[in-house]
This record gives sequence, structure tokens and C-alpha cells, in this order.
Amino acid sequence: MRDYEKYIRYRTFPTPWCPGCGNGVILKAIAMSFSELDIKSKDIVVVSGIGCSGRIPTFFNTNTLHTTHGRALSFATGIKLARPDKFIVVISGDGDGLAIGGNHLIHAARRNIGIKMILVNNGIYGMTGGQVSPLTPQKFITETTPYGNIEPKFNVADLLKGARASFIARETINRPRQLKEVIEKSFKHKGFSVVEVISNCHINLGRKNKMRDPISITKWIASRTVTKTQYEKLAPEERNHRYPVGILFEDKDRLEYSDLYYKHIVPEAQASIPQRRKQNGKQV
Amino acid sequence: MRRKQVLQGNIIIAKAALAAKCNFFAGYPITPSSEIAQFMSRELPRMGYDFIQMEDEIASLGACIGASLSGRKVLTATSGPGFSLMQEHLGMAVMAEIPLVIVNVMRGGPSTGLPTKPSQSDIMQARWGTHGDHPIIALYPAFADELYSETIRAYNLSEKFWNPVIILLDEVLAKAHEDIELPRKNDIPIYKEKVHRIKDLNIYDREIGENPPRVDFFKGYPIHIDGLEHDKHGWPTSEPETVNKMQTLRMQKIYHYIDEIVKFKEYYMEDAEIMIFSFGVSARSSLAAVKIAREQGIKVGLFQALTIWPFPKIPLKKRFKQVKKVLTVELNMGQTKYEIESISSDDVEKKALLRANGIPFTPNEVLDKIREF
Repeated sequence: MRDYEKYIRYRTFPTPWCPGCGNGVILKAIAMSFSELDIKSKDIVVVSGIGCSGRIPTFFNTNTLHTTHGRALSFATGIKLARPDKFIVVISGDGDGLAIGGNHLIHAARRNIGIKMILVNNGIYGMTGGQVSPLTPQKFITETTPYGNIEPKFNVADLLKGARASFIARETINRPRQLKEVIEKSFKHKGFSVVEVISNCHINLGRKNKMRDPISITKWIASRTVTKTQYEKLAPEERNHRYPVGILFEDKDRLEYSDLYYKHIVPEAQASIPQRRKQNGKQV
Repeated sequence: MRRKQVLQGNIIIAKAALAAKCNFFAGYPITPSSEIAQFMSRELPRMGYDFIQMEDEIASLGACIGASLSGRKVLTATSGPGFSLMQEHLGMAVMAEIPLVIVNVMRGGPSTGLPTKPSQSDIMQARWGTHGDHPIIALYPAFADELYSETIRAYNLSEKFWNPVIILLDEVLAKAHEDIELPRKNDIPIYKEKVHRIKDLNIYDREIGENPPRVDFFKGYPIHIDGLEHDKHGWPTSEPETVNKMQTLRMQKIYHYIDEIVKFKEYYMEDAEIMIFSFGVSARSSLAAVKIAREQGIKVGLFQALTIWPFPKIPLKKRFKQVKKVLTVELNMGQTKYEIESISSDDVEKKALLRANGIPFTPNEVLDKIREF
């Protein structure tokens, strides 16, 4: 048994995913990061919403919570506030995290609450059978855009930067070693962190867009991603449709929400208790 | 001697919640319930606990569920439009058996409706708002002291049965300032479950009718909580027999203990020939009307429901053996009217005083309706 395997709940196997799915890579990268940081599994909560990515937590031998579509961050916010000492990870997909849960995402980023978010971006609604998502590339054919997608997709990193997230990273399942390293770094970050993991869905996205097998879709992903240093050297016209990977933004100085609450609000509030009530010891 | 205080209805609810050891509030501002959030934002940090204003009501209830799973006693307060948004997570709380208390200060609807006017039109939404068959407990206080005691009871019921409890409140009662004598700390009954540690994954393993143990994170063994239909381990399943058993378990944990949950008050019912069925602010008008009618020699009594869901069917059926005339008084277009019709036989003469224009009934209006029998 390898070190990270103690974080895997083997009794819930097999997974519901299609053969060749990138979710397995992400599952392992997260488990390895837990192991690397040596966090006790009873101190971890992995929260997820609905979708293929939403089924990842079931396979962690930690506290796990499978919630409603898009709202995982709101549940995680409650847990983090109630138990700031615990380690909370949210796993979400592109439809889950950016369409139905977009509001929760930007507000969690704005609050800088100490939740580690893994945003699995496969560019499609996989579990419901291949409908367009906010990260489906333009012109792509899906079940609900039979004549091609006309909507532009979000630039997740820019969106989160606007929402004042303090740790933004992007990686792909093509680079499992780097993925693990980035996730590990995001786990060490105190505030709200997001790692966008570009994953493959050759079944629902690839099949309709001439990428029927895992190899061709991972090649397509590789052709569109460059490292951050390479990206900076590219001419503006070459940057079109290419995405830098690695840690894109990090602000280590910003205080985490529950830290701020307990260090600032609670003492302030306690100082404001009227003297008379303190003396009488009256209940509120 | 304890002094009487003059307090707003919303504040009475908030104070009662704190007395019941509520230590987490997540909410979103909405008229006419905002005072509860405001009061909590001031008092909870003073006690070292959490208050957070979330981005919407869906997130508010989500945060409450998260905190409840982490061992907190939670509260959220809202009104009709916010309660509509909360239905999604209300279902999640029922499914995963999570204790929480929701205050719904009702206002005129549908949609944005009448934000500053009272109405009693969320009764059916409280019962059937979230999708799927589910058990629910909804309490409906009418007088200032009931606002306090029913809030305490809401916490006790939610903690005992691990189910969300809804407190339905009328806008006029939430906004009115009334005098109330708060009970002493030691006189407040607070349900306390035996401390237990979770040793394995069989968190939902129990027999039908048995009180469930609390499913909680950080109580030893790491567990799985799911909004999907699950088996005794909490794993997602669609196996028909397991699904059937889990659904029965959830329904029966409430209906097995129905006598303990259903609470009502009866006024002048011993020799009554006419019964008024009412609740909330309408019950207060009705009680005044009953007193006037009694002075005039009309034999009328009042049945005031304090637990509106589960519906007080058994005590009402008992009364239908005695009274053959029933008047339902409610500030809506007739929601509990149908419940009354379904449990009374054809020889009971039924009338209803209904209105949903934002104006509560006066005792005289109720009296006029009584005279129609």
C-alpha cells in the first residue's frame, strides 16, 4: 500500500466514470497532495456538487459531502466558519462551478474564505449527456448546440482575479506530476484557492467534435496549453486560444476570512458589550 | 420579580434562538424578517460565534447545513421569496437528516407580492415546497409568549428528529412590539442528546420508528453525507428495497412520534357547538370574536393549531364527534380549508373566512361569519 492510498475509500469502487476519464488522475493527485502534507483524514472534508466531478469525493477516505448542483461552496463556507481548524476541499465542474454556482464562486473568492477549490474543466455537461457549458469552446457541437456554440467561454483566471481570489492556478490532466505539485501548493495557501484542471471528455465533447478517443482529446488539450513562462514570450496573435498553465496569481498577504472574523470581529463585538450587562451576567 | 419587557416579535424569536443555544446564523436580508439577522449579527460575535450574510437564500441555507454538520445549532430567517429559494436545500436537509431551524416571516404573495403586509399563504409551501415525498415539521405561534416557547420547541424537535423545522410567522406578529416576560434560564427545556462517537460508516443504520443518532463530521470516524438516495452507510444507491426502507425510515421518524410533535390550544371548546379552526394572527382575531360571541350566548370555541405540519388530524377528528359546525379562518385563499374538509365527514357544516389582500381580520368580521351558521 502506497502512502496516499490511505486517503482512498476502496469499498466504494468501481467509479461511475467512462473509461479514459481524467477524473481518476485528479482523484490521485488530490490524494497524493493530502499524503504529502500529511493531513489526518478525519480532519478533511471534501465537498462537491453535482456532475461527473461531483462523484469524486465518494472515493476519499475522509469526511465527504455530496450536495446540490452548484452549491458546494456554500456548504463549505458553513463548515469552514464552524470549524476553521479543519481542512476543506471543494471539487466542482465547469457547469457546476461556473453556471449554476457562479454566484457562490465569485463570493467565496471575494471573501477569501479558506477553502481549496478544484475546478474540473472538461468543457461539457458530462453526466446529463453532453450539453453546452460555460467553458465549451465556440463553434463546438454539443447536444444543445447542434449548429455550433455561439457563446464565448469564461476566462476562469480573469474572472477569479476580478472577484479578488488570492490563489489562481491552471493545470491539465496531461501533466499529472505538475498537477499534483500545483494542488499541493494550493493546499498550502491560507485563503481561497482555485485550481482549474483542464480535463478530457472524449465521450460527450470529443465524440461530436472529431476527438472520439482520449488520445486525440488530450493532444488537443496539449496544443492549447503552454507553461506560464512560454506564454509570456508569445506574440499577442499567438496567444489567441492558448492558455498558460501553472500558478497564475498568488497573494500570500491577504488575511483569510475566518481568521479575520475571529481576530477582528469577535474581539470588537465583545468589547462592545454594555458594562451593565457584563456585571449583571444577564442572558441576552 | 422579573420585569416585563417590550420586544418586537422578530427579536423575541432571535432571543429564544439564543436561549436554545443557537450559535450559527447565515442569512440574506429580506423584509419583514431582517431584524432577526440584524440582531444576530450584533449578538453572535459577542458570544464568540458566527454570523454571516451570504449571497442569497440558497447559499444561506447551504451554509447552515454545513455548520449543522459541524456540530452547530443553526438559524436562518427569511420571507416568502427567500423561502422559495431555500426549498432546494430544505430537501437536502431532509434527505441527509440534518437539524436546522428556518423562520419564515410570511408576506403576501405570489412573487414579490406584498412585502410589508401579512399573509398566511406559505402553509402549503412549507409542507410541499421542496420536491419529493418528505416529512416536515412546521410550527405556527400566535401570541408573544408562544413566539418564544415555540422557537425553543423548534430547536428541540429538530435536534431530536434530525429534521428541518420551519417556524411560520405572521408579518404583523414579527413587526409588532408586545410585552413579554422572558422565562428564567433554568426554566427553558433544552433537548440534549447523549454524546456519542461515530465508530463506523453505518450512520443511517436504525430500525423503523427509531430516533436517529446525529450524523456529524469530526465525531471520530470520517463519514459520507449525500443528497442522493443512500443506504445505511450513506452511499448513493437506487436499489429499490433499500430506497423503500430509507424513505420509510425518514417518514416514520416523524409520524411515529406524532403525539409528541402535534401541539394545539383549545379555548371554550368543552360545550362548543361551533368550532373555529385557526392559527397565527387569525387565531388572535378569532379568540376575541369567540369571547364576544360567548357573551352573546353563542356556543363557539377555538381550536388553535401550534403545530401546523404534521396536521393536527387526530385531535381535530375527536372534536368532530362533538361539533357539527366548523369555521376555518385564515389569511389566504383557502389552504388548510382542504385539510379540514379531508378529515371531516359530510354531516359537518363547513364554512371558511378567507382573504389574502394583506389586511388581517377584525374580531367583528369573524363574529359576522359565526352568525352565518
